[in-house]
Amino acid sequence: MYQFNFQPVIQNLDLLLFGAWLTVRLSLMAMLFGLVVSVLGAVAKTSGIRPLRWLVDAYVEVIRNTPFLVQIFFIFFGLPAVGISMSPNTAALVALVVNVGAYGTEIIRAGIESIPRGQIEAGRALGLNPVQIFRYVVVKPALRNIYPSLTSQFIYLMLTSSVVSVISANDLASAGADLNARTFASFEIYLVLTVLYFLLALGFSTLFAAIRRVFFTYPAGR
Amino acid sequence: MIREFSSADILFIVTAVRWTLILSAIAFAGGAIGGLAIALSRSSQNRVLRRIATGFIQVFQGTPLLMQLFLVYFGLAVVGLPIDPLLAAAVALTLHASAYLGEIWRGAIEAVPSGQSEAATALALGYRDRMRHVILPQAMRIATAPTVGFLVQLIKGTSLASIIGFTELTRAGQIVNNATFQPFLVFGTVAALYFLLCWPLSLLARHLEARMRRALMR
Repeated sequence: MYQFNFQPVIQNLDLLLFGAWLTVRLSLMAMLFGLVVSVLGAVAKTSGIRPLRWLVDAYVEVIRNTPFLVQIFFIFFGLPAVGISMSPNTAALVALVVNVGAYGTEIIRAGIESIPRGQIEAGRALGLNPVQIFRYVVVKPALRNIYPSLTSQFIYLMLTSSVVSVISANDLASAGADLNARTFASFEIYLVLTVLYFLLALGFSTLFAAIRRVFFTYPAGR
Repeated sequence: MIREFSSADILFIVTAVRWTLILSAIAFAGGAIGGLAIALSRSSQNRVLRRIATGFIQVFQGTPLLMQLFLVYFGLAVVGLPIDPLLAAAVALTLHASAYLGEIWRGAIEAVPSGQSEAATALALGYRDRMRHVILPQAMRIATAPTVGFLVQLIKGTSLASIIGFTELTRAGQIVNNATFQPFLVFGTVAALYFLLCWPLSLLARHLEARMRRALMR
């Protein structure tokens, strides 16, 4: 019969909680930079400049059709061969940003294309200036349309970020792996890690729902 | 000893593709059975079943696949089974696929207009006949595109089995890299092979989705 031993986990819970904080920080930074990459990608894709569009298409397809694990190996182990070396933490952030940027590009492009031309023309007819049109007539409704897909992509990113532990970048999964190497209470440690990730996912989805209530619940008028 | 990256290494990596395919096939087959059970429970009248299915989906979609793999891997010892990477990966990926396919197929079942179900009930069809001959055939058409899309995610997910020591495509790349120390070439090759597996499926999913949308607009 297997003897459960949660003692090592309880004694080192502070290490795991600190790891959880590192995962939150890493995810938030990746979301922020990833959003910037996504917007640039979407703008480039809808710009009508052919070579630029092909470049973004290639980026999106390559990233979406290869595993994140291979991407992070390529960035951390492969790129130094061509003179680009990064610390594990930087490589982890870069890999996550590159990854989520590809998915985000597609989501935001769909958002921009979801705004009917007539809506922009209506804004012009009401005498709004181009900046106001972009801000209130394009960006805000587009954001509302894509908000659910964008935020679920962000939560998926947070879960994926556990993979950065394979290059020993600092996060929750790494904290667990370190603890496992010292105490060998493997099942108990990974059970608690899984629960912590679940709570993080729950926390992020609560946060996103709150943001949605504040910014995106004006009358839709369909 | 560091040696050259030779054609034998490329062959080793290419033949490891078969383990990625086998693992994906096992997980997809198991996930199809589990997913159907989850989807039917999730859309059933029975409240307890519905609650269990919802919880299952929430847990597996709300935790990292990597943690699920570790838990099953170390969990095998807890239930007294030998620790085997292939078994652990197959079980974990099957559970993972069950949750995602369950959620996709639930959506498809609920997308079939309720009039269909009501008409079938009016014709005195029981639950089994209603599902088998009326609801599921229509739901299948709706579910095809997202299911193919998930298959891409599943194939990519099998790469994580390398972390618990199962030698599939990614692990084969790591082994060759450790011997040749040509990470740029090795992981470039590995990535290209994944791309060759996944891209056609992505294109197929997109094609199916576009066809579906055209059919709905008619």
